[in-house]
Amino acid sequence: MRKSRPNYFAGFGSLVWLLVVGLPLYVMLVATFQSRPDYAANGPLSFPEHFTLDNYIDDLNSGFAQYFLNTVIVTVSVVGIVVLLVPPLAYTIVRSRGRATTTVFRLFLLGLAIPSQAVIVPMFFVISEAGLYDNLIGVILPTAAFAMPVCALILTGVMRDITPDLYEAMTMDGASSRRVFFQLVLPLSRSGVSTIVVFSALQAWNGFLFPLVLTQSAETKVITLGLYDFQTEHGVNTPGLLAAVVLSMFPILIVYLFARRALVQGLMGVGGK
Amino acid sequence: MTRTATPSADGETVEKPGSSGIGAGRPGFLWAAPAAVFFGLFAIVPLIMVAVLSFASWDGLSDPEFAGLDNWRRLLDDPVMIKSLWLSVLLTVLGVAVQTPLSILLGVWAAGHQRNRAVLSAIYFVPMLLSVAAVSVLWRAVLDPNLGVPAQATWLFGDGNLFGTQATAIGVLVFVSTWQFTPLHTLIYQGAARAVPQVLYQAAQVDGAGTVRQFFHITLPQLRNSIITSMILMVVGGLTTFDTVLILTQGGPGSDTTISAYYMYQKAFKSFDYGAASTIALLLVLVSTVISLIVVRLSGYDRMRSTMEGL
Repeated sequence: MRKSRPNYFAGFGSLVWLLVVGLPLYVMLVATFQSRPDYAANGPLSFPEHFTLDNYIDDLNSGFAQYFLNTVIVTVSVVGIVVLLVPPLAYTIVRSRGRATTTVFRLFLLGLAIPSQAVIVPMFFVISEAGLYDNLIGVILPTAAFAMPVCALILTGVMRDITPDLYEAMTMDGASSRRVFFQLVLPLSRSGVSTIVVFSALQAWNGFLFPLVLTQSAETKVITLGLYDFQTEHGVNTPGLLAAVVLSMFPILIVYLFARRALVQGLMGVGGK
Repeated sequence: MTRTATPSADGETVEKPGSSGIGAGRPGFLWAAPAAVFFGLFAIVPLIMVAVLSFASWDGLSDPEFAGLDNWRRLLDDPVMIKSLWLSVLLTVLGVAVQTPLSILLGVWAAGHQRNRAVLSAIYFVPMLLSVAAVSVLWRAVLDPNLGVPAQATWLFGDGNLFGTQATAIGVLVFVSTWQFTPLHTLIYQGAARAVPQVLYQAAQVDGAGTVRQFFHITLPQLRNSIITSMILMVVGGLTTFDTVLILTQGGPGSDTTISAYYMYQKAFKSFDYGAASTIALLLVLVSTVISLIVVRLSGYDRMRSTMEGL
């Protein structure tokens, strides 16, 4: 419809990018199925001669199972907090005419510009004072707080698109704010809610600095930190390290395989329209 | 959930029967309070503490002492600090300059509906499944001077040590961020490109405009909002790059990739100079606030209006 002649330029470009994306993934996968001496002898590009799963088994036995669990706990909790707090916030920002609400909205806009690194020093002391150092709760709370501004922005954008007529119609019927929220706003902003679920989950999943500074023991270690420690301690064991990287993407891979649509739509939503 | 309009504990506006539609049924501030309190406690309060600490000298053990502008003066005289600011800006600018055209092209391309596009898009998406730390660890292994790919392809990479000079180390950081984040920005543009009304293209075709002209005169202008959002994400992300630097280069060679966020971490948790670290942190906040304010103004986010307007 738009054009009939094949676009050779785009075709070529897409293949180059495929190579850029694919090459490291190939290196990663083949390395994990080789023993260390084989990898060192054959180089990163060669295909494994003696196929082995030992790297994965060793990783799981050396604590990665626990790190997994910790990351899942953090991710689920952060998503829970965000989904509980942000929709009512966004609803108020869109519908309330109060001064206080405008101030809060400005505060969250300001929050967009606060990088989590910036508050790491006081956060370290606040969390320590609260007795939450080396405790997953101490990681969950600040991570959730720093996921909120973007989520608020995304959801506000979606809720603004609900036409005023619908609100008017419901209020005419005498519906309370709570009813409007649950029966009108939430159902109509389902796409926005799934976007903030995806976004906050990725934030938590990716979290690195808060766990790095706020935890120390193996019991509270999350996967990102496990990878970093593995690299600093056994950096020469490349196959073992890369097997850990593959393991770390497993949960998201499963989500991707079974809920690709929701994940992709959710991420598209980050950009608004 | 009753039909009667009575004031309730969650602070909603009271609706008197017979009051006009405007203003009725609007949620009260209490609806926003839990989020506001939570965010205030874990983001705004620490931010205020950072501002206070930037005027103090503190090693974390004894009580902080008021030090006036000492930290600021020291940092402005610190060549590593000045260099780190330039490096942060350089990395951010390079990141935006490389990723924006790349992800716009990929996004617009992926917005088509052919079968091979779906398959390729699925593969392009894979870096999104890895955390920043995992991507950095992966690339550190792939680019390892002794065991990695560069050692196999010396015709392309010289001595194979990409972490040995400032130029190549910066190149690695920009490349790895691009590899990691292009899928996200591509998706943003893909979504936006699909939302462009087809009528516009049909009209352009009637007028005899070719693919290239359609791209520049229809697609690009229609992507304006997405370009702004995507750029905010890139700028804030670029200024605060931390995991990548810590894992890939440790700020080296020397201090040649020590960007401000990483320098702050070193000041705080390696030399226990919390005052100086807080000053750098405050500087980072100021820079990214200014940038965000500019972008928010440009995009009209703060004007609280629907994106459906004008359609």
